Amino acid sequence: MAVADHIDDAAGEPLIRVENLQKHFPVTQGLVLMRTIGHVQAVDGISFVIREGRTLGLVGESGCGKTTTSKLMLRIERPTGGQIMLNGEDIQDFRGDKLREYRTTVGAVFQDPWSSLSPRMRVRDIVAESLVVNRSDMSREAMDERVAEVLEQVGLHQEQAHQYPHEFSGGQRQRIAVASALVSYPKLIVLDEPVSALDVSIRAQVMNLLKVLQQQFNIAYLLIAHNLATVRYMAHDTAVMYLGQIVEYGDTEEIYHNPLHPYTRALFSAALPSHPDLIREDIVLTGEVPSPINPPSGCRFHPRCPFAMDRCSVEVPEYKEVAPGHMTSCHLY
Amino acid sequence: MTTSTESQGTAPARREPGDVILQVRDLRTYFYTRAGIVKAVDGIDFDLRQGETLGIVGESGCGKSMTARSLLRLVPKPAGRIVSGQIILQGEDLVQKSEEEMRQVRGKRISMILQDPQTSLNPLYTIGNQLREALGQTHREGTRNMVQRAIDALRSVNVAAPERRMHDYPHQMSGGMKQRVVGAIAISCEPAVIIADEPTTALDVTIQLQYLRLLKEIQESTGLAIIFITHDFGVVARMCDRVAVMYAGRIVEQGPVRDIFNSPSHPYTEALIASVPKLEERVEWLYSIEGQPPLLRDLPPGCRFAPRCTEARDQCIAEYPSSYQLNPNHSADCWRLDSSWQ
Repeated sequence: MAVADHIDDAAGEPLIRVENLQKHFPVTQGLVLMRTIGHVQAVDGISFVIREGRTLGLVGESGCGKTTTSKLMLRIERPTGGQIMLNGEDIQDFRGDKLREYRTTVGAVFQDPWSSLSPRMRVRDIVAESLVVNRSDMSREAMDERVAEVLEQVGLHQEQAHQYPHEFSGGQRQRIAVASALVSYPKLIVLDEPVSALDVSIRAQVMNLLKVLQQQFNIAYLLIAHNLATVRYMAHDTAVMYLGQIVEYGDTEEIYHNPLHPYTRALFSAALPSHPDLIREDIVLTGEVPSPINPPSGCRFHPRCPFAMDRCSVEVPEYKEVAPGHMTSCHLY
Repeated sequence: MTTSTESQGTAPARREPGDVILQVRDLRTYFYTRAGIVKAVDGIDFDLRQGETLGIVGESGCGKSMTARSLLRLVPKPAGRIVSGQIILQGEDLVQKSEEEMRQVRGKRISMILQDPQTSLNPLYTIGNQLREALGQTHREGTRNMVQRAIDALRSVNVAAPERRMHDYPHQMSGGMKQRVVGAIAISCEPAVIIADEPTTALDVTIQLQYLRLLKEIQESTGLAIIFITHDFGVVARMCDRVAVMYAGRIVEQGPVRDIFNSPSHPYTEALIASVPKLEERVEWLYSIEGQPPLLRDLPPGCRFAPRCTEARDQCIAEYPSSYQLNPNHSADCWRLDSSWQ
């Protein structure tokens, strides 16, 4: 894949290489004589690389396949095509010990710390859970020690290990979630909208914490977010998704300085300004995202694209490198 | 950006301020609970002019939604009560009105758009039915006329094929479409004031922009005043003429939107603006406010932000600061602005 090849030159060794990943969910009808009447093309042939100690931001609107991608990375869902390669091995082939090891290599932090933490478990048990499941060789004392250590690292006190989640505020709960992702010495943490459920003044605390941890432990992040400013702050590379496909991919600063794909430009225009004098609406989209069951022919964005030409509805645009490390799929380039 | 399609975005123009239509004076809404008195709204003052958008910004639990509900006298009973203050709408004090009289205000003179369109529409009735119910409050006409009015209302909020959409149930519509319907219901009785309580947080960014533009258009054509309740400074920058920043039940700073962004005078406003990542430039490190807001049932005697403020002194902890006018429209409650502070 052209994408994967290029990124090799840039800083940070590739940790995970995703190639042509695809996930189609069948849509069925009938109970006894169940027939498949279509497929939701949630993720449809995406490729990217996650580099060691770096953050890849995945942006897009709801329904574009961001969360499905994160589930595929965590092996909660199985892809219907393509590969996720870790050190040259496809994670789909992992079984037994190998799979348990993978589960300690990859952690996850979800959006809502009110529903992602079990209200019946103490913080100690929540944080230690991935060790209990995946590291059966570890002694209880060693686990307690490790839990105390990560709690300190995320800015909580050791003594708080005996409390329940309801005793904490939103920001602290998200710190607990980060601690439980961190406990098994992961190489990658999937962050699915990690700050959007938090209060404004708490968001910066959590984002800064994540940045510090990344520098300290050289962890890679897959950051899934809809807020473009958050992605700019956190991510080294950015991929913009639309209807299951990556339409633009490259270095974050390059994309933010020079967005090329009309959808990326529309997203930037729609993002809210940080000052009343910075309102800039270059492209205003009409209509809504079409259904991923019957995505539009040709370029999937053509029905909403202000620059659509005749060929856009017929021909699928090629995914090409328009500037060093900057990929996009659009007939304009 | 080189190419520009459709209309060029324009910053909220500095319109001539209209007449003051809503005045809030020393409004206090308390909740009497077993754990103590929760001072959700604790003495706030603001004015709203015709055709103006006032943004009330703050974090969750700062009292911004309770302010909105107090204006409509929809404070949850029996625990909650407006204990003092005045809400003067076009010369009449709403606090003194009876429940019966308030029914003539709600939806007709002040209406509200809530955060989640999924829960503010009734899933068992069609869109047309719910619109006709709202329109029936002010218009009493035959069914055919009412249907036509409802279709017009849907068209006014840019719903495509309104004739067909009339027969749809809420679940058949997307989030953005539902929020438009809620908007159509809110403006159906031509109110003087609309309170929009985080109307776009459940929407996607491109849909959010469509909706914000629609609200602006409606405001320009009808001259209604909007109170925009939000936690997002981006929405404020995009939509508002004036801003009131709330913290722990009080308005700590208020003024014209550019004054607030260019010269925030309360440390909380300053910190809040600095802690939001920027789309337009790369920031290496964000300022972050340590700690958490105080509990509303256990407020410190002095400035409520003092425990988290980097500049707090003994005076700040001991006594609530008075309000200082920075210019005739811009004020902030902070001891730092006192002449004795050096």
